[in-house]
Amino acid sequence: MTAEKAEKGKMEEGAASGRGVLRRLWGCMSTRLCLVAVAAYCAVALYGEASYRISRAMDVTPSYNAVDDAHRNVSPVRSWGAAIRRMCGTAGAEDAAMPFRPLGTDNLGRDVAKRCVQGARIAFHVGIMTSLIAIPLGVMLGCAGGYFGGRVDSAVVWLCATVASMPGLLFILAISLVAGKGLMGIYLGIGLTTWVGVCRTIRAETMKHRDRAYVQAARVLGYSHMRIICRHILPNVAHLILIQFSIRFPSAVSTEVFISFIGIGVQDEPSWGNMIKNACGRLWQGVWWELASVTAAIFVLVLAFNRLADALRDCFDPALRTGRGA
Amino acid sequence: MRRYILRRLFETVPTTVGIVMLTFVLFNVVGGGSAAETVMGKSATAEDLANFDAKNGYDKPLLFGRWAEVRQDADKADAKRAKAGKCRPHEFRTEERGGRTVLLQKNDGPFDTQFFNYVSDLAHGRLGWSEEYQQPVARVLAQGAGPSLSLTLPILVCGTLAGLSLAMACAAFRGGRADAAILVASTVLMSVNYVVWVLGGQFFLAFKARLFPVWGYESAFCLVLPVAIGMLSSLGVDIRFFRAAILDEIHRPYVRTAQAKGLGRLRILVRHVLRNALIPVVTYVSLQIPHLFTGSLLLESFFGIPGLGAVSIRAITSGDMAVVRATVIAGALLYQFVNLASDLLYAVLDPRVKLS
Repeated sequence: MTAEKAEKGKMEEGAASGRGVLRRLWGCMSTRLCLVAVAAYCAVALYGEASYRISRAMDVTPSYNAVDDAHRNVSPVRSWGAAIRRMCGTAGAEDAAMPFRPLGTDNLGRDVAKRCVQGARIAFHVGIMTSLIAIPLGVMLGCAGGYFGGRVDSAVVWLCATVASMPGLLFILAISLVAGKGLMGIYLGIGLTTWVGVCRTIRAETMKHRDRAYVQAARVLGYSHMRIICRHILPNVAHLILIQFSIRFPSAVSTEVFISFIGIGVQDEPSWGNMIKNACGRLWQGVWWELASVTAAIFVLVLAFNRLADALRDCFDPALRTGRGA
Repeated sequence: MRRYILRRLFETVPTTVGIVMLTFVLFNVVGGGSAAETVMGKSATAEDLANFDAKNGYDKPLLFGRWAEVRQDADKADAKRAKAGKCRPHEFRTEERGGRTVLLQKNDGPFDTQFFNYVSDLAHGRLGWSEEYQQPVARVLAQGAGPSLSLTLPILVCGTLAGLSLAMACAAFRGGRADAAILVASTVLMSVNYVVWVLGGQFFLAFKARLFPVWGYESAFCLVLPVAIGMLSSLGVDIRFFRAAILDEIHRPYVRTAQAKGLGRLRILVRHVLRNALIPVVTYVSLQIPHLFTGSLLLESFFGIPGLGAVSIRAITSGDMAVVRATVIAGALLYQFVNLASDLLYAVLDPRVKLS
């Protein structure tokens, strides 16, 4: 019991400063791995963005779309074998001509690895853009509802209840269908439906802070509502925004995969959902590497984010511990 | 009790109004102009588009008024329809708006607008005509609800039972290896994409191993694999929620009292902790009940179950807006209804609810 209390105290101390949180996250082996994985994905996505921009600016076919008729459906095993034989100097004519494709090629001879990189780019676009829509919306409404109470709060609760009663995925699909197929539809569909969770958490937390002494003091000093919310309450609920971001990001990525897989999402670009859609037809012909690499790419990103979300929640909110040893 | 029921009934009014308004904004205000193109495709002629608009009421004013902007070929289409005796001819006039000429059409009265027609259609249960199925939408929905339930109800029941028992195991061995293993497994289960669950399950278990039928809705056996996949895909989230709910109770004083009385661990867990932990669990599960009717989008279309999920996917890919709209509204209204029912049930079971 005392050990638990001591740990709790330590954690609260950690919650007080951002650096303490980072140290705690870095201190645990599994979260350290997750941080590294997320950073690696960021780098990959940035690389994908750069190559996408450059090929567009130079007006050439990007390398991930380059069709290679001679090397269709090359499995990674064959590609690696040819590469190793080339290194040993025992390569035949066929091996010598084989370009190195670490994750194989698809039915048009396009490089699966490069397409996965582009998928990561689109996943980050979706994760970040939907958060940019949903989190400001949720935070603004949640703060307003929690702080002002009364009619404002009723309006916020009403809006939350209305959006929450829509059938989730179907509503997202309907919005992206109405907004037009493409990335914009996905941003709007996911962003305009998932702010409810953010709003509810922020509202509950703001309500707790509204009557605390420091807010009353600020009110006595005659500060405007705007200033109290932005300068006093918001910093105290900001950790929730970080947690919500880490929860929303993987779910937005998964939803994008789903929407693109159905065919009303990203068009003509190698997003992970499109790649799965293309690959699932060929799975029956024994082309497993395409689906396997996309699956692994999604899995690692989502897993890392899920674990990070748990760790963040444990750091900031000892009462809500979901991780180990609670 | 009567006052509570009345209050709770009254509370559903604003949300229902909100649902109607939200769907109207989405499908008529934002999507109304482009609905014809979405449904008819790029090859449709301007006259076809005008006909579609007239048939679905998209050529009426949105909220209020007598004149609405329509497609340029609408008067030709209208003249044809009137000649064929399908409707009486409308009045048309042109107007300069922002440097371009638009064609305006007069409606039948100030309340003959998209919004009022929409509300009255909803009130009468008229959900429109499905272009894809060539049937009234209401019939399509009614046919789909049964198969959807036959898939989603077992998923909910089995999934909740499995999740609860695993969460109990976690709580029994909390801090130990079994707990850690189940937790790690649930995080891993959570991170596998839903699409991959469906694809992988169908390919490996049904196609490669030939354990289950790949496709079909003939016997109960056909449902075993989709149910298992649906269960597994939601198991990770469930376990973590149930475990948190149980662990919330396990540090309460009454548990210590029971331990001090010398009761066995299993008995404390089942008789004392579980009963109290069931309150959040029941809330969590009852929130999923409304979604049972709309079914599971991917599972149904992949395993050939003719439920509402498969209907919605087909409607979405073919751009059949009437069906999409009807499923969204039906889902939202059902959510209201089930929520109301479960709240009232709570009030019957737990008298404290009425006071708060």
